Amino acid sequence: MELLCPAGNLASLKAALNAGADALYLGLKDDTNARSFAGLNFTPTKLQQAAKEVKSQGRKLYLTINTFPQPGEEKRWYQAVDLAANTDIDGLIMADLSLLDYAHSHYPHLPLHLSVQASATNIGALSLYKREFNIERAVLPRVLSIKQVKDLAKASPVDLEVFAFGSLCIMAEGRCQLSSYVTGESPNSGGSCSPAKHVRWQENQGCRQTRLNEVLIDSSGLNEQMGYPVVCKGRYLTEEDSQPGFLLESPTSLNTLDLLPDLAQAGIVSLKIEGRQRSPAYVEQVTRVWRQALDTYQNAPERFQSKPEWHAALAKVSEGQTTTLGAYERSWQ
Amino acid sequence: MNISLGPLLYCWPKTQVQAFYREVADSTIPLVYLGEAVCSRRRQMKFADYLALAHELKDAGKQVVLSTLALIEAQSELKELKKQLDNGEFIVEANDMAAVGMAREQGLPFVCGASINNYNRASLDKLHQWGMRRFVMPIELSKTWLQKVITPTPSFEVELLGYGYLPLAHSARCFTARHQGLAKDDCQTICIQHPKGLVAQTQEQQPLLRLNGIQTQSAGRCDLRRDIPEMERLGVDWFRVSPDGHDSIALAESLRQGAGSEVDPEIGKEACNGYWHGAPGMDYRR
Repeated sequence: MELLCPAGNLASLKAALNAGADALYLGLKDDTNARSFAGLNFTPTKLQQAAKEVKSQGRKLYLTINTFPQPGEEKRWYQAVDLAANTDIDGLIMADLSLLDYAHSHYPHLPLHLSVQASATNIGALSLYKREFNIERAVLPRVLSIKQVKDLAKASPVDLEVFAFGSLCIMAEGRCQLSSYVTGESPNSGGSCSPAKHVRWQENQGCRQTRLNEVLIDSSGLNEQMGYPVVCKGRYLTEEDSQPGFLLESPTSLNTLDLLPDLAQAGIVSLKIEGRQRSPAYVEQVTRVWRQALDTYQNAPERFQSKPEWHAALAKVSEGQTTTLGAYERSWQ
Repeated sequence: MNISLGPLLYCWPKTQVQAFYREVADSTIPLVYLGEAVCSRRRQMKFADYLALAHELKDAGKQVVLSTLALIEAQSELKELKKQLDNGEFIVEANDMAAVGMAREQGLPFVCGASINNYNRASLDKLHQWGMRRFVMPIELSKTWLQKVITPTPSFEVELLGYGYLPLAHSARCFTARHQGLAKDDCQTICIQHPKGLVAQTQEQQPLLRLNGIQTQSAGRCDLRRDIPEMERLGVDWFRVSPDGHDSIALAESLRQGAGSEVDPEIGKEACNGYWHGAPGMDYRR
């Protein structure tokens, strides 16, 4: 099982390599990927450097082009695919039909991974992408229970990759408009969820108010551990409530350490760590823990138990310093 | 402008659903979408019940399309989907790529629903090649975007959600059950208690979201009625009303008679139209 780690820049990439990543994924420095934050990502020159670094160590590199080409500007996305085809990478992560079609017809030998933004959650959707574009792998949205993941893995015509750790999207990815409803910008069209320029914090009578495009997403104590402000992790009220609550989800991160044996036995080929927007220190810490966990499992699968110190280390870099199994666990749903 | 009625996205008791569609059958609405598009745990209406309604509507002269689930996770849901595809009479609105895949394999025409990601012409042409007859624009796209996508004029039809609450997201989690302290597996179809969803407002009393089971909608109602003349110029074929009550039928009929452009702008206080204008979806632009 591959440990696949995020790189928002060369420093994170090196941190991940040092800490034992088997593979890295990254995006270009523009809106062709869904983590288009200022100061992040790779120019074509940096991409070459990254490829050289990763390949010299015998690891794998995937390029993420997982936003949807805007009409009239498609060329930029096609050029990104061309660039990928002419770089020493091991796969392209994409969601848009026209891009998959373009890559498949122009570069049939370039392995294609279906991005989570394509929101393929079932065998019917996976089969379509396999048949039409010969995708090799698909990244599963974080909406399936572990049983559903296992069932899907048994029948899937393509390899499966799952999210193992990181920020928890609670909606079917690629089909969530909460960010654009409030800010006008979405991962699909603009390249990021809840862009920082719309976020504003203000302190008011012992409370910290978090606003997204002036909408009050949350009001918290000054010492409360909060995550990055997104609409789905705000505190709201219905007419039935006297107190505001996290009606959708509280700030928390996904952590599947305890599911490692299940995921391995299901035949999942890759465990993805989320967080291209996070610091090199985060990447290093998370990669190191997961490397240990994977090695421990692979040395003696039948005796595997996740260690408290791994959980503690991961909790420190988690949103709200708490973690969850998310939708993998039926009771969460 | 041609007016369509989108699928009922809320969970209502069976008798109410049937009464609603009998009223639709008596209306002048020419195109009706029918079926459970949100949650397979809602079992008030079974496939056979929807099919019976579809026949009634067809006999009343309507064009009927069977809407499919937006989020398909389980084998049982794929089986239901197959039943819809295999009905032999009505085309489906594909709201997940699984439905597109099945239609393509069986050589059946389909409508591509708004919950499938379609942002450019090349993708739409691909879907058209696979059998798409009509494209329902994703809700977050603007008139500028649409104009670019449908120039030159395509050989598939174009529809957009013009009036109703916007489906913003789908999750594995049932927010309505969770709010009642119920597990999803024992949800008791509690969403039936909220015939228009459950509004979540901010701590400053700003209505923001509308919890509808696993679906999250906008609290504000998208209202593009005044933009109908512009849509006609752009080449939009169908203006969809997403129903939230019996009033939706009268509203759709009045639009059919050309009532769009002179709508009282005061409606803007509760409405949103931002997406159409390239702004945040929750905004109302005059």
